[in-house]
This record gives sequence, C-alpha cells and structure tokens, in this order.
Amino acid sequence: MSDVADRVKKIVVEHLGVDEAKVTEEASFIDDLGADSLDTVELVMAFEEEFGCEIPDDAAEKIQTVKDAIDFIQKSAA
Amino acid sequence: MFDLTGKTALVTGASGAIGGAIARMLHARGATVALSGTRVEPLTALAADLGERAVVAPANLSDAAATEALIKTVEEKAGGVDILINNAGLTRDGLLMRMKDEDWDTVLEVNLTAGFRLTRAAMRGMMKKRWGRIVGISSVVGATGNPGQANYAASKAGMIGFTKALAAEVASRNVTVNAVAPGFIATPMTDALNEEQRAAISSRIPAGRLGAPEDVAAAVLYLASEEAAYVTGHTLHVNGGMAML
Repeated sequence: MSDVADRVKKIVVEHLGVDEAKVTEEASFIDDLGADSLDTVELVMAFEEEFGCEIPDDAAEKIQTVKDAIDFIQKSAA
Repeated sequence: MFDLTGKTALVTGASGAIGGAIARMLHARGATVALSGTRVEPLTALAADLGERAVVAPANLSDAAATEALIKTVEEKAGGVDILINNAGLTRDGLLMRMKDEDWDTVLEVNLTAGFRLTRAAMRGMMKKRWGRIVGISSVVGATGNPGQANYAASKAGMIGFTKALAAEVASRNVTVNAVAPGFIATPMTDALNEEQRAAISSRIPAGRLGAPEDVAAAVLYLASEEAAYVTGHTLHVNGGMAML
C-alpha cells in the first residue's frame, strides 16, 4: 500500500521538480505544487505507465491531489 | 545551421512532389525520415534513392485506426517521431452548390482530421523528450479563399487555427507548432496546365513564376530546425508574393 504512495510521490517529485517534503498526500497538484493543466495530463500519463493501468478522462479530471492519485491507483489495482 | 542529425521525421504524403522534396531536404540535413503515403511504389523508390536513414510506412489517412497505428509503426521502425510533417492532402474541387457531403468529408478527414490524430499520437513522445516540431502544410487558399475549393480552403484554414491553439498548449515543453502555406507550386498537378493557363497564374505572382517543391521544403526545414526554437504558432507563406499576409 505504501509502495503505491511512494511511487506516486516519486513521479510527482521528478515530474514537477518540487521538494519531496512538499509532496504530502493532501497536496493539490495545481494549488500547492505549481502544476499547470498540461502537467496534470502528463502526470496522469506517467501514472498510467508506471502502474500499467488506464485512467479514463472522467477519472483523470477528479485526480487533483496526491491522495486522489494514490486512491485511484489502489482501487484500480484491487 | 539546420542540422537534424539524430532526429527522426515523419513526412505524410511523401509520395507527392512537395512531400518528397521535404523528405529529401530533411534527410540531407541528417534526419532519419519515415515516408508515409498511400502509394507504396514511389515511397519505396524514394527510400531506395535516399539509402540509409529512410523507412517506408504506408498508411491510408482516411482510416482513423490506420492513422493512429502509423505513429506506433514509425516509433518502432525509426525510434520515435521528433518532427512531424502533416503534409498529406487531397482536393475534391467543385462549386459549393454542387458539392457532395462525401467530397467535403474526405477533404476534411485527410487534410485536417488525420493531422490532428497524428499529432495527438506523436505528442506523447515529444512531451517526454521535451522536444518536438510539428509542421502542417496549409495553403495560400486557406488564407485567401478560392472559388470551387470551399472544402479544401476550410481544411487549410482549419490547419492554421489548429496550429495556433496547439502552439499555445505545448510551447512550454519546447514543442513548436507551425504551418507553411504554399502558393502555386509546380508539381505534376500543375504540369497538366497549358501555357496560357500558366501565364495567367504567373501574372498574378510578383515573383513571376510558380514555386518549386524545394521552396516549400526549405521553409519546412527551417521550422523543423533547432534554430527556429522561438518560432511557434506561425504560418510561413511561401507564395512568391501572390498574397502578402
């Protein structure tokens, strides 16, 4: 479980170039981590590749925080 | 200047005169070129002529699935798509009052929609690499209009709007999106004109002649190059001055 969280955080840190300490589960990609709309699309693409899952557009729209991403990926893996 | 060594370029409509000239010019500057088109024979001949760094990837761009698959094929065969030249196009001319739905649909599908699909599929790789060049071949007719070409003019004007919108979306990722709008270019299509028709066309062109496919290719080369990194959302008119836009 924490494995998913760690991998998600790692992608976020790498992609957005932000300090690891800022990537809390509550952090919003856009409001807290400085992502723009294109970054969020790229993050979803990166999650899809890392976890070998498909994140449909309507689900992707709802992924706004680090926790949203972790939850979605854990649910789709279950 | 304009060195494309290490880059891979996909040129659609490479079996035509302008597409062929574009492929040759990019190849001459060091790019690996993937040649797409519907007619396999001229593609194979061009690839054989170019020798190394040329792969053939035929596709029917009026087929959505085949269009999507083309990018995958090129990524497998040539190692990626750094430069995408949306050149494939066709005409189904006729006055609007007699234009059939299928004449409209075919032209929009191949000239505009296929470019959208190819660009979408190629963008993923470009975003990852943080480098990419998209060049769409528009037409002077897309800016000025031309009777008998409502469908063609709409598709070519559409490409210019598409170019501007996408340029704004991806500029921050070092991906530039531009268009080249040729005027009258001497191709097998214009060879069919008689002397009188040619003279009439030339009289409307300040340069006094039809353009050559290489005139268009040189503009494409520039926009595909590293040197054009700060040029995006632009339409470069290559028309001998016949429309100064």
